[in-house]
Amino acid sequence: MTHVEIVFWITAVVAIASAFLCITRRSPVASALWLVSTMFALAVMFLLLDAHFIAAMQVLVYAGAIMVLFLFVIMLLNVGRASSSDMVGWVGRLVMAAIAVVLAAELWVLSRAGPSADVRLGAESVSQLAAEQGAVGMIGESLFRVFLVPFEITSVLLLAAIVGAVVLAKRRL
Amino acid sequence: MTPELKGFLLVSGIKVSVAFGTLFLIIAFVTWLERRVAAWIQNRIGPNRVGPFGLFQPIADGIKNFVKEELLPGQADRTLFILAPAMAFVPSLLLFAVIPFAAPLPVSFDFTLPVLGRFVHVGPVSMVIADLPIGFLFILAISSLAVYGIVFAGWSSGNKYSLLGGLRSSAQMVSYEIAMGMSLVPVLLVGGNVKLTELVRLQQDSLWFILALTVGFVLFAISALAENNRLPFDLPEAEGELVGGYHTEYSSMRFATFFLAEYGALVTMSALMATLFFGGWDIPGSWDEGEPSVIVSLATLAMFLAKTFFFILCYIWIRWTLPRFRFDQLMALGWKVMLPLVLTYIMILATAVWAFDTAGLAFGRTYVVALFGVNVVLLLAILWGLDRNRIIWGQRLTREGSV
Repeated sequence: MTHVEIVFWITAVVAIASAFLCITRRSPVASALWLVSTMFALAVMFLLLDAHFIAAMQVLVYAGAIMVLFLFVIMLLNVGRASSSDMVGWVGRLVMAAIAVVLAAELWVLSRAGPSADVRLGAESVSQLAAEQGAVGMIGESLFRVFLVPFEITSVLLLAAIVGAVVLAKRRL
Repeated sequence: MTPELKGFLLVSGIKVSVAFGTLFLIIAFVTWLERRVAAWIQNRIGPNRVGPFGLFQPIADGIKNFVKEELLPGQADRTLFILAPAMAFVPSLLLFAVIPFAAPLPVSFDFTLPVLGRFVHVGPVSMVIADLPIGFLFILAISSLAVYGIVFAGWSSGNKYSLLGGLRSSAQMVSYEIAMGMSLVPVLLVGGNVKLTELVRLQQDSLWFILALTVGFVLFAISALAENNRLPFDLPEAEGELVGGYHTEYSSMRFATFFLAEYGALVTMSALMATLFFGGWDIPGSWDEGEPSVIVSLATLAMFLAKTFFFILCYIWIRWTLPRFRFDQLMALGWKVMLPLVLTYIMILATAVWAFDTAGLAFGRTYVVALFGVNVVLLLAILWGLDRNRIIWGQRLTREGSV
């Protein structure tokens, strides 16, 4: 085993174990903490793939901002321990099973298909590209040149979501 | 292991231990400095009993904190309560790993030890622990994690004042993190890279970025103050309202760890400001360029420390001069002033950079001076806008007010 593989297996185990603990803990704060741990493990995996920028963003945006916002809401509403499991009744269990089947199918399809040709890199490796353009330039180049229209559409979608949330939350604007 | 890998590990190990040892010493010194400067500002004497000028006061404080009793409140969440100080402290230490603190040191060796084998290292050692390709993004990412220590300290204490402190901290951090991250986008626009050694080299070749990014520096300095929970932004521990805020229930070394974290972040943020906007370890003039030598390394290290301590002193000065904000003022400043300002600044600077590139102006001294012109105009416009006729046309206001 190379040292990259060793690090991969450690982070993989940490990610899955934290994800499992995240959904099984009763205390919402403990769940949030385990989710942060999962995100860290994912950031290390991005590092292993030479995606330094994505790894930094994973920590900065998800662990540093979104999870802090989650914690803010949990603490503001003072959410206590969940009294019982969310999987109540046979309807609930059936829905859970259906979701699990769909997710497993997605995983199977993804593992067979692999990335499409236009996102796959050419002969040059990621580390070589990173040395030429810098960690940020590499992402910027493809986001703002090759995939500019999808990127802008995504930003409009997010804007629509924000406006929608404000409209729903406020009775009178 | 190859001899080169062993050489690399040896060099890195020495760099890590020396850099972090020095960082601890600086943190201890800064706690003393803060108390002395505070005393000087308030016309007091300050700690002057232990050692010359009270310089050994931090050691006395450390011993005292170690031997005091550690209290664990009855309603506390045990695990998180114990983990929280470490969660606050570790990020503030990690931050220093990417900051280049001196010119490369010429060290080459090739020797063999009895059990460990051969060690080889060729060429100058760059004086930074890890020169990551993501540079200051690493600092933004890790400094955004420091809030967990404070939030969990507040939550796990089982005390309503602590909880309010943690709550305030999370809201404040999220608000100012955006302004802080955005205020570094102009650095990327001008420098074209996030790698800190590369940014120092660019500033060496042209002029310091404080000229090209004056407004960006001001915005960064303000949001760094808020990220560090320093007065006037120390709402999470506002002792007038919340007893002690998030650390109300903490005692002895756990309590002191929060302060080590705060001063660690203060030192790193000052070092980052020196690196991004004031040329890092660069000494003005071309004396420090060319062949690496021990003298140049030491001189640049002294220069770097001088710049860092300048910003630390500024922060201490601000702390003992300004009163604390009210929480709604803090939020209004973050979302209604800082964020629109920084977004506008990015747009104007991007336009200027695009215009210069189109005009065929290459990066260099002229380029930086031209950007400085843009910044001066912007700075005056911002001052005029924020002033709202209070200082610049103050006479008119007093005349109308006296009617």
